[in-house]
Amino acid sequence: MSEELKALDVAVEVDARGTACPGPLLDAKRAIGDCPVGGVMCVMSSDEGTIIDIQRWSKKMKHEYVGDYEDDGFWRVYMKKLV
Amino acid sequence: MSEETMNQEEMIKSLMARVEALEEQAPGDKLCLGLMSGDLDKTIATFIIALGAAAYDMEVDIFVTFWGLSALRDPKKHAKKDLLGKMFGAMLPKSAGKLPLSKMQMMGMGPPMIKMVMKMHNAKSIEELMKDAAEFGIRIHVCTMAMELMGIKKEELIDYPHMDFVGVGAFVGMFQESKQCFFM
Repeated sequence: MSEELKALDVAVEVDARGTACPGPLLDAKRAIGDCPVGGVMCVMSSDEGTIIDIQRWSKKMKHEYVGDYEDDGFWRVYMKKLV
Repeated sequence: MSEETMNQEEMIKSLMARVEALEEQAPGDKLCLGLMSGDLDKTIATFIIALGAAAYDMEVDIFVTFWGLSALRDPKKHAKKDLLGKMFGAMLPKSAGKLPLSKMQMMGMGPPMIKMVMKMHNAKSIEELMKDAAEFGIRIHVCTMAMELMGIKKEELIDYPHMDFVGVGAFVGMFQESKQCFFM
C-alpha cells in the first residue's frame, strides 16, 4: 500500500506534524482550497487520530480517502479532492 | 377531469405544503454550544469541538454565560465598575490563560502542569484555539444577564471579530436551528 501511495502525484502537501488535535484537521481544511479538483492532498501528522479524522472528513466533504502509511515517526494521510 | 385526478392533485398540493413546512423547521448544518463552565479543561474542549465542526463547514455558535465569561476577559483592558463589580472582577479569573481546572487544580499547580504537558504534546493553547475560532468564523454570543450580574463590561472583553451580546431567547433560537447542542 505505501509503495502505491509513495508513487502518487501529490498536488498539496500539508505538514501538520507540529500540532495536536484539532491542528491537522484545521490545516487540512485550510489547504484543501489550494488543491485542484482531482488532485491528491497529503497530510503529514504525528497524531494517529488524524487518519480516521481525515477518513470521515473526506467522506462528509465528498472527497475520496486514498490511504495512509506510517513514515518515520509520523503518518502520511492521502485524500483526493473530488469537488 | 375525473375524480381520481382531482384527488391526486389535492394530495400533491397538501404534500407540497407539508414538505415546505418541514423544510422550514429542518435544522441547518449548524452546531450550537453553551459554555457556562469557567474551567480551563471544559473551555478547551468547547473550542476544540467548535473547530472540528467548523472544519466540516458547519456554522458554529457558542453561547457564553456565567463562569464562562472569564475566558473572554482581556487582562490588559479595564472598565469602570461599582464596588460589587470590582469584587467580582477581582475574584474571577482575569483571562482564559488564568482559568482553573475542573479536576486536579492542586491549589494552582494543576493549570501550569497541564499547560506544560499540552506544550510537550504540541496541543494548542486556549489562546491559539480562540484565534483559530476567529479565523473560522465561529460566533461567540455573550449572555448580557450574566455580564450584568457579575459586573463584567464589554470594554474589558477580548477583541473577537464575531462576538455579540444576547439573552436566552437568542440561545433558544440558535439551538432550534442547529443539528446538535452541547452544554458545558
